[in-house]
Amino acid sequence: MDFRKEKIKEFLSRLMRNHDLKDDEDIFALGFINSLAALQLVQFLEKEFGVTIGDEDLELDNFRTLNSMDELLERKLVSQAAV
Amino acid sequence: MLMEEPGMRMELSGAQREARLRFREFVREHITPHAGQWDREERVPIGFIERLRENGYLGSPLSVDAGGGGLDAITYGLLTEELARGCSSVRSLLTVHDMVALAVWRWGSRELKTRVGTAAARAESLCALALTEPDVGSDAAGVQTEARAEGDGYVINGRKKWITYGQIADLFLTLVRCEGKLTAFLVPADAKGFARRPLRGIVGTRASLLAELEFNHCFVPASDLVGKIGFGLSHVVGTALDHGRYSVAWGAVGIAQACLDACLEYTSSRRQFGVELAQHQLVQRKLTNMITDTRAARLLCYRAGYLRQNGDPGAASETLVAKYFASKAAVRAANDSVQLHGANGLTEDYPVARYLRDARVTEIIEGSTQIQQISIAKNPPGEL
Repeated sequence: MDFRKEKIKEFLSRLMRNHDLKDDEDIFALGFINSLAALQLVQFLEKEFGVTIGDEDLELDNFRTLNSMDELLERKLVSQAAV
Repeated sequence: MLMEEPGMRMELSGAQREARLRFREFVREHITPHAGQWDREERVPIGFIERLRENGYLGSPLSVDAGGGGLDAITYGLLTEELARGCSSVRSLLTVHDMVALAVWRWGSRELKTRVGTAAARAESLCALALTEPDVGSDAAGVQTEARAEGDGYVINGRKKWITYGQIADLFLTLVRCEGKLTAFLVPADAKGFARRPLRGIVGTRASLLAELEFNHCFVPASDLVGKIGFGLSHVVGTALDHGRYSVAWGAVGIAQACLDACLEYTSSRRQFGVELAQHQLVQRKLTNMITDTRAARLLCYRAGYLRQNGDPGAASETLVAKYFASKAAVRAANDSVQLHGANGLTEDYPVARYLRDARVTEIIEGSTQIQQISIAKNPPGEL
């Protein structure tokens, strides 16, 4: 969903300053995400979208691009709604 | 123009004020009279740790569902400050136990949490963080301890050093290199191939029962993995360190407040040149700096605690700032305390020399002052 990607992009822009992040761009390869920022990104996704990210979600590919984070959120929200 | 409702309140709730009084009374009765002796003997007694456990002070920031005390972030900070005001070695137990228990509950598998998580949250099992090594300190990503898959688990080889409460902890959150990636395991002290050796003669927080650990073909089941391979530092130990910085920041406020308490008493009773020390303007200058620093540090801790309580993603950055400022403020306060006490400040008859030794520790652990200077610039907090 575009609004989710926009929210994530807005959050990441604080770290990436003037970089205009594309939906399929690898945020780790860009070099802006240190370990503290990676932890803050998880906290942001949880608070902003009301999901719980657990040990089973710890795969770099889940957080690599705006598209992959959006897909993770979609999966989490669908599974939470089903409970 | 209509008056708008003010949106900012900077005061503790009634429950938080009551809790602080309760913590203060506990420290005055059970810690302050003994802290000097524990420091000299290099040991917080096991019997006292049992008392901490009985009062629910260990594991207090974990949720009630997990088996913890369910303290909000601010009340937890107040507890940490009051404990450190009495004895930083006691504060360091609170810090390391809680940082590991929180990380296990945050990233451990359901099986691991069921097996050991509740005992950790209730402090029936004491936890310690096994991160630093003889040759690895600030560069945590450089750990040399290794784990390799074998059978239905992993075999760990390596050494860890400066492990707070390593002499008595039951569970060690251990950062290793596994498949070339940084990975965390929760290693029980009774694992085959695990050994520990007390470290003595430490200058600061010296009752913290430090140990050196050895993993000699130490086998752990795969279920002792915390998080996933490759996420040991960034997420698992990262979560622990984030909490540790918050706890140490409050602990530094506690030291600064203890310094202030000691100096206000000393300078109002000791007389030189015919008047109390506190009547001399250069003494007043030191007292004023101490008062201002302590209050500023506490306000930064309140701010970090407020964001942590709200689950704000900016909380970790704000915590870096609080830890950086508070630890430096504690060292300044302790230095001035020794100076104001003169020769008496260099003796064990007064607690200020211990405060100075303990304050120096807060500038080294959970990221040194120099590491914070790098981290804050790279992760600046948001607008107030």
